[in-house]
Amino acid sequence: MLYEHVVCAFCGCVCDDIDVTVEDGRITQAKNACVLGKAWFLDHGKPTDLPAVRIDGQAASLEEGIDAAASLLARSHYPIIYGLSSTSCEAQRQAVALAEVLGGCIDCCTSVCHGPSGMAVQGVGEPTCTLGEVKNRANLVIYWGSNPAESHPRHMTRYAVTSRGMFTPNGRKDRTVVLVDVRPSPSSRAADIQLTVRPGKDFELLWALRALVQGQKVEESSLADTGVTLEQLVDLAGRMKSCRFGVLFVGQGLTQSRGKHMNLTAAFLLVRDLNRTTKFALMPMRGHGNVTGVDNVLAWQTGYPFGVNFSRGCPRFNPGEFTMVDVLRRGEADAVLSVASDPVASLPNSARRRLADVPVVAIDTHDSETTRIARVVFMAATAGIGVEGTAYRMDNVPLHLSKVLPTPYPSDEEILSRLLARVKEMKP
Amino acid sequence: MTRIINGEIYDPQNGIYGEVRDIYMKDGAITAEDPGPGGQTIDAAGMVVMPGGVDMHCHIAGPKVNVARKMRPEDHRGNMLPRTPITRSGTGGSVPSTFATGYRYAVMGYTTAFDAAVPPLAARHAHEELNDTPMIDKGFFVLMGNNEFIMQRIAAGEKQQVRDFAAWLLQATKAYAIKLVNPGGVELWKFLGNAHSIDDEVTGFGVTPRQIIQSLADASLDLGLPHRVHIHCNNLGVAGNWETTLDTMKALEGRRGHLTHLQFHSYGGEPGGLFHSKTADLVEYVNSHPNLSVDVGQVMFGDTTSMTGDGPLGYLLHQVTGRKWVNVDVENEEGCGIVPIEYKDKSYVHTTQWAIGLEWFLMMQDPWRIALTTDHPNGASFMMYPRIIRLLMDREFRKEMMQKVNQKALAETALPDLDREYSLGEIAIITRAAPARLLGLDHKGHLGVGADADITIYDKDEDKEKMFSSPRYVIKGGEVLVEDGHIREEVFGRTFYVNPSYDPDIEAKIQEYFDKYYTVRFENYPVQLEHYLPRHEVVACSA
Repeated sequence: MLYEHVVCAFCGCVCDDIDVTVEDGRITQAKNACVLGKAWFLDHGKPTDLPAVRIDGQAASLEEGIDAAASLLARSHYPIIYGLSSTSCEAQRQAVALAEVLGGCIDCCTSVCHGPSGMAVQGVGEPTCTLGEVKNRANLVIYWGSNPAESHPRHMTRYAVTSRGMFTPNGRKDRTVVLVDVRPSPSSRAADIQLTVRPGKDFELLWALRALVQGQKVEESSLADTGVTLEQLVDLAGRMKSCRFGVLFVGQGLTQSRGKHMNLTAAFLLVRDLNRTTKFALMPMRGHGNVTGVDNVLAWQTGYPFGVNFSRGCPRFNPGEFTMVDVLRRGEADAVLSVASDPVASLPNSARRRLADVPVVAIDTHDSETTRIARVVFMAATAGIGVEGTAYRMDNVPLHLSKVLPTPYPSDEEILSRLLARVKEMKP
Repeated sequence: MTRIINGEIYDPQNGIYGEVRDIYMKDGAITAEDPGPGGQTIDAAGMVVMPGGVDMHCHIAGPKVNVARKMRPEDHRGNMLPRTPITRSGTGGSVPSTFATGYRYAVMGYTTAFDAAVPPLAARHAHEELNDTPMIDKGFFVLMGNNEFIMQRIAAGEKQQVRDFAAWLLQATKAYAIKLVNPGGVELWKFLGNAHSIDDEVTGFGVTPRQIIQSLADASLDLGLPHRVHIHCNNLGVAGNWETTLDTMKALEGRRGHLTHLQFHSYGGEPGGLFHSKTADLVEYVNSHPNLSVDVGQVMFGDTTSMTGDGPLGYLLHQVTGRKWVNVDVENEEGCGIVPIEYKDKSYVHTTQWAIGLEWFLMMQDPWRIALTTDHPNGASFMMYPRIIRLLMDREFRKEMMQKVNQKALAETALPDLDREYSLGEIAIITRAAPARLLGLDHKGHLGVGADADITIYDKDEDKEKMFSSPRYVIKGGEVLVEDGHIREEVFGRTFYVNPSYDPDIEAKIQEYFDKYYTVRFENYPVQLEHYLPRHEVVACSA
């Protein structure tokens, strides 16, 4: 059985041109997919014999699992729901409703990846575009703190660098590609220019670039610690001002290094200044397949994109207060519901230690470090393979995920909506 | 709900202005006869009964609304809606969360609202948000005025293909009407330009805004769309733009067309300079041209958020205010700009805008061709409608408000000389009957047999702001949703869309275009009806 132009929900590129072959109840081919997409389709397309529900390691019925998880959550005083970046918007909507009824926190992977970008937007705004604008118009493409060749393998071919469009008929030949990073990476091969910035000096470099773009004088000495020469920077500023349509893609090298949201504020302001003389856009390189979706669902339901708290019955937002790492690190959370995420494997030590001390409920499509420590574990169908749904690409373009394979497991949406109904009975 | 007795009925569509009558309903619709004994009765003696309010132009769902929510946490703080046993929690401010939006419309007596500007590529997003917007029936207009495929077809003289594509796009996005925003200008903005008149050429496409306006007005007519083309003119907010507005009206050459938020398009003066009111000249033209209808886009003083498909306008506002700025260019289709804005009563410019909006209401002769809007949230939040109603109904209140504004600006307008006061009947027209009629929604905006049983019942009050802020009852589809300002039941309304037919040969051409210029495949573009519009209703086209 061949399913054509299937949407891949693994990374923020959300490519929608994958031809998936299903044979004998498993996915055997994912044509057009990158190495990550292939692995995603093929691994998730394998039959597993994991029980749908485990309570303290023992197989249980779905009903028992819902009961156990609901009472654990309903009993807690300050639960947090976390993850949600690799599931559908339909499931995310249920998760927000559940957080509201629990009166706890809800946070997504955004707070540990591009949360600082979101905070910078709240400060200064965001000149951006969809990926098709880059394909059709951009003749200067800059990646800063990002290694797309490994993190988003089709980003350069399908959207930003070699793709051909309306005003870029020659594809790669029509564009200049710049990579700014702390070291050369596999993406360097695709770049015309590589600037190697010293770790932690991104803000200084962006600010100096902003001064140059504004026509101000920058002393060579002020760049001494950045690893980049004035000549290199003057050249880059010149290219940025003279391009027809430029785009700055920013990665976690910028959002999660020293300066965090200030780095992004500098980047947004730089791009804003450039729009006085040319068209320039900035786009965060969102990682997980639907991390952009969870920001959107949270925003339309609560007004805020991540780190939301319902303790007072209405949504409040405060990064650093209601965000996962902080809530754990301070020892505040007394129960955790992890959805489509692996916080034990991905959070800093100081936060993950707390996960061993509090009851954890995990919903995921496969076993992980988190399911291993969780009291109640639900196995769920993968959104985009076992169940339909919606995912938002890194540029906020929504796409419909299809079902290509039968699955013995319920969807995240179903598990969460049953949990919600059960919690409502316990905690009206 | 079965019957409302003894109420003073305002149902202008059926020529009823203040008569005491009884209203019966069954299965969500108005019936001629009492369905029989039993059922709930509201005794509305001494109360005013109107159809549910209809907002024909607001921004409540989709990508730019949501970016505005994300960008403005300061807009939500201090304006929060706690969860209740019936309702979800939410945040308010100028851009409320989806749940808050639905509740607040309902509590104000409005039961239908249309989002006025959704980029086709984000249609799925708009539907997702509308599905989380409770209480009201809804729909959206889809942006076409800067669509590159359309511009290429116009340049090639392929009129039929423009029509077929428009029909295909309406179907693909499950939209209700064709919307133009700064036609051609947003395309030019993608390389930092703009259109400054309707005869500027759109570089690279060989068409002018005039051709785009005429082609899409023709398409909407040919397709028999229930709501004809909905136009946000070029040069919004620019001094001297009234001439562009007049040119746009003339360019329609008798074709049916709706010109939106005209307050923002009625400015005299020189570009870059201070502006003054040209309302009188434009009203005169609209009064004498029955093919035209308008809504106002009233400005009210206070903090709000400007959000527009008009990218260059967003940048202009950012330059003027110096505040944070979002711009989103959407491939092959449209753009968007978002900037927070505070309208100040002491400001010359803002006073002029406020007065121009009121001039439009007070100078238009035919209330059936003007709708009350604030272009929510651009001029103000929809929560300001009751105060606007008071300004229109209460001359003394208007005079009181006039004392607080910039006197120099006020003196340059006709507002101090306008003595007109709206009657309850006229308010019923501009807030429900006219917008429903202009939208082509036969079953909304009136209380005749077969109409949806969407009914708002007000306690009479001399203070019209108070009266229209807190209806005694709000009934939708025959159910009492709101009583004394409290939500009694949460419901989720229908989404309206149109299904015009087209020659399927166009699809191969669209697919070829998608393969070249889009980053989404042709097959993955159309919105899946059952998944994204679980409660939907097709409104028939007349072609």
